[in-house]
Amino acid sequence: MIAETRVQKTLRTQKRNEMLFKLTAVGAVGFSLITLFALLMDAFGDGLPRLDAAFLSQFPSRKPAQAGIYAALVGSFLVTILTAAISIPIGLGAAIYLEEYAKKGRLARIIEVNIANLAGVPSIIYGLLGLELFVRAMKLGRSLLAGALTLALLVLPIIIMSSREAIRAVPLSIREAAYALGASRWRTVKDHVLPLALPGTLTGIILSISRAIGETAPLIMIGALTYVAFLPDGLLSPFTVLPIQIFNWVSRPQKAFHTNAAAGMVVLLALTLILNAAAIFLRNHYQKKSAVRSL
Amino acid sequence: MNTADNQNDFTLRTQNISAWYGEAQILKNISLGVRKHEITAIIGPSGCGKSTLIRCFNRMNDFIPGFRVTGKILFGNRDIYGASVDPVEIRMNIGMVFQKQNPFPKSIFENVTYGPRILGVRNKVELETIAERSLKHAALWGEVKDKLRANALTLSGGQQQRLCIARALAMEPEVLLLDEPCSALDPIATAKIEELMQRLKESYTLLIVTHNMQQAARVSDYTAYLYMGSLVEYGLTTKIFTTPDRKETEEYITGRLG
Repeated sequence: MIAETRVQKTLRTQKRNEMLFKLTAVGAVGFSLITLFALLMDAFGDGLPRLDAAFLSQFPSRKPAQAGIYAALVGSFLVTILTAAISIPIGLGAAIYLEEYAKKGRLARIIEVNIANLAGVPSIIYGLLGLELFVRAMKLGRSLLAGALTLALLVLPIIIMSSREAIRAVPLSIREAAYALGASRWRTVKDHVLPLALPGTLTGIILSISRAIGETAPLIMIGALTYVAFLPDGLLSPFTVLPIQIFNWVSRPQKAFHTNAAAGMVVLLALTLILNAAAIFLRNHYQKKSAVRSL
Repeated sequence: MNTADNQNDFTLRTQNISAWYGEAQILKNISLGVRKHEITAIIGPSGCGKSTLIRCFNRMNDFIPGFRVTGKILFGNRDIYGASVDPVEIRMNIGMVFQKQNPFPKSIFENVTYGPRILGVRNKVELETIAERSLKHAALWGEVKDKLRANALTLSGGQQQRLCIARALAMEPEVLLLDEPCSALDPIATAKIEELMQRLKESYTLLIVTHNMQQAARVSDYTAYLYMGSLVEYGLTTKIFTTPDRKETEEYITGRLG
């Protein structure tokens, strides 16, 4: 039989290729994990000893040992909440319109491509836009609101894209069931599409918000302060955020400030990880509640 | 069609319905009347346009980009595709059951009362009455009366399909459209649905699309044979399946029945 040697040869090559592919894949995972681990070790090693309650609750100071991140932490918190409050309704609304209402034609495709492009625009360019539009034209100044609006623009494309994806994944049969009973488009969206799209939407929202927390460039661009010894007292108050505080400390010559920066990084990393964990938890929670993806 | 028929015998009448998806013509000049309180079956090979036709009756094709229709569908005296007609209102009066059972991933109770709640019924007792009546109508009450709060997806395929029927009946429609309602079900579940249809025709007008000719022969009173978007023959089921007028009909029916 010719086939027998053929089969064995094929099996051998397939096995070898399988092995090679597996090794490459494991290598890729290992590389990412090692990088993350090294980053964590470095930041934790330098920063963790410096981290204490006083560090979290003190304003910045010229003396490194007395400097804290209180203003930056509160600033980051407020900016993030504001950014979310601005970008989530707009992003969800846009996604619903584009998926459920807009005619699927050439225009829709052009819009789709452009939103994807916007998601790839460097953040500093959003900073420039924010500076022109919010700080100068709308005369909001270097304020909390201007910062949040700028970051909202930055995360909007990501929220729109991930929400559209989630909305699109809701089975057509569910929409048809609602329509056939005489539900309007809005009722169908509100009662069925949105609840089913929620896990995917939430994941996208939280991941983009956690990106906003780490953004530095656009906020420097619109002129967030680097030395803030007070808490923001309103939407139009000046502010600073964690990444800017860290950036500021790193650029100082004194070694002790670098330790402060490392400690700040630990806090920032912890915040990001907490948000990501929340994203995963929420997604799993709601997916279980509506285990219908297969419908 | 028999010209001696009284117009009032018909719940729905199509007049020269033609339909297109983009450039492709799916339905060609179809005129037929759906008789009140009878079961009318639409049969034909895959791609003959039977699903498109049934979805014209509650304007479900409106959601398909590039869909276009000409002609009239009279529901009573009104043209379903008339300019002043709200498709949402049409769908409240003409219910539909789909090929694949599609309950909402919510409780059985929420499924069956969704329609009435759209109409603004909020009263719990009233909703419970509607739920019981509709589920009884769909011959599902006995199986689910103790677990109305359970997720509909925990039911079997056949039960889910009967839940979908109950959900449509809760709106008390005049017409029930069934688009291959048994194609995803096993023979036992299919038999239950067919039995149910016989009882439903006392109160409703039923229109069913099926690719299963034995099913059409078993359940329907009238049969329409569609081929390549054209209505080849339409008449009493007993006649279509024994002495059809057209040769094409006979070939299709005998070919399939072997």
